[in-house]
Amino acid sequence: MVRFEIVPAGDSAILVQLPERIDPDLNAWCIELQRLIASRLGGAVLDVVVGYCSVTAYFSPLATDPGWLESEVRDLADRLSDVRQEAGALIDVPVCYGGEYGPDLGEVARFCGCSDEDVIAIHGGITYRVYLVGFIPGFAYLAEVDPRIAAPRRAVPRTAVPPGSVAIAGGQTGIYPAATPGGWNIIGRTPLKPYDPARREPFLFRPGDRVRFHQISQEAFMHGGLAPMAQNLREWGQTP
Amino acid sequence: MANLNVLRPGMLTTVQDLGRWGHQGSGVPVAGPMDAYSHRAANRLAGNDEGAAALEITLIGPELHANGDVTCAIAGAEFTVMVDDVAAPMHAAFRIPAGAVLRFRTRHAGARATLAAHGGFAVEALFGSRATSLISRIGPFGGRALAAGDVLPVGEAASSPGPSALRQPPPLALSLPRGGARLRVIPGPHESRFTSAAFDTLFSSRYSVTPSSNRMGYRLQGPPLAHARGADLLSDATPIGSLQVPASGQPILLMADRQTTGGYPRIGTVITADLAAAGQLAPGDWIEFVPCTRFAAIDALKRQRARLLGRPG
Repeated sequence: MVRFEIVPAGDSAILVQLPERIDPDLNAWCIELQRLIASRLGGAVLDVVVGYCSVTAYFSPLATDPGWLESEVRDLADRLSDVRQEAGALIDVPVCYGGEYGPDLGEVARFCGCSDEDVIAIHGGITYRVYLVGFIPGFAYLAEVDPRIAAPRRAVPRTAVPPGSVAIAGGQTGIYPAATPGGWNIIGRTPLKPYDPARREPFLFRPGDRVRFHQISQEAFMHGGLAPMAQNLREWGQTP
Repeated sequence: MANLNVLRPGMLTTVQDLGRWGHQGSGVPVAGPMDAYSHRAANRLAGNDEGAAALEITLIGPELHANGDVTCAIAGAEFTVMVDDVAAPMHAAFRIPAGAVLRFRTRHAGARATLAAHGGFAVEALFGSRATSLISRIGPFGGRALAAGDVLPVGEAASSPGPSALRQPPPLALSLPRGGARLRVIPGPHESRFTSAAFDTLFSSRYSVTPSSNRMGYRLQGPPLAHARGADLLSDATPIGSLQVPASGQPILLMADRQTTGGYPRIGTVITADLAAAGQLAPGDWIEFVPCTRFAAIDALKRQRARLLGRPG
């Protein structure tokens, strides 16, 4: 049984809080609860957002009684038995590691006391889970990074991280969809666009998806990392 | 159909409606007005639905040329506003005749005004909303603030507000903060992440809005708030009005253009009824926080709603 508590987050949101840890089963439970709230109580809520180990339901308190909503959500949550993880999409991300695209690769290698090539092999050797999407449109939080290369956030964030940058902060890795300030360690860059408003499906990642990284050469990057990108574009309904 | 043409954009003027809801799970911020009460009031005065797209004007207002007759209303911060050489009223519908220029002049109180036009602004909607999220560049005009040369098409509507609009009692004006505000706060949701001393400090101190404050949030300066066990949190959703506290202990009040998720513990959330006053604060203003229950918060919101519908008390 999943332990949870429901607390107010102000007067217009309720937070379903699970034990705080990065855990695929807890996260899968949250994703399922989010889906149930959206489908069964959709008329009463404005938005439902999944975190690593939480679900937040937003509502208008003049239209929806918070006590009623809490009790409905509690009912759904109580009846939600341990969720078997359903695999989301598997997305293959080509990355040109190091050099001008990965200015922090050397630092991460020094942190783990290994070579750049080792970091690349370790980073690309795991299938990550998308725990949530947030921070900016399309930014997927991927975990867990192998502790050997889990370099902490930088002390001084960059004012602008180039779009497509693949980065590590502690046990998380991610891809910056757009140029924003950022404090994660940049180890490479992908030609994929996690958020593209012109695409039929603008967002590449959803909570529950699985992600693998594989290395491509700089030359392949310059040509858009074409083969795997085309594969992903087909999956997302982009017309050629 | 008339246009308002932007001659001078002002300091930070953006198109907003009541926010882009339903996509925070993809990282799309809600955006929307800093003072939603005045947004609704301006729209009611202009004979619109409360959620129509309107302009949010910050500190220094724009100069707009009307190429057709446009009925407008301004609510929120108080400015001297001229239509050619005639002063426009605050908090009442007025007409900009074809060819005239609306100019915002001196600001007298508050930080942000809403300018609504009868018919709304027929600009591009993305993900179902005309709100502008500057941080994610989603919204009309590519998700940026207005610039000189921009054209704001006024939407299709009757040439003047219909009789039913005129029969409604006008909304009461928001009471504007003068130098600062007391904001009511529901403690939590991460209460156990803070010491009890932190709550004592929060509710007995004065914080100032630093210059590093904007539509995303206000960085506050004042007595630090102590964490019980570290300042890192596994990221979760961040409602408007949340007071998040990083390792420094200096709280950040999350406002309209905040990101969808965050990784700092949150000690409390400003109640919805007090967000409008919060939205009227500028750097240099002070804030005092007052504890509040959810029950009292909703009661305050109901009373504020009644004021919007023109009922005092």
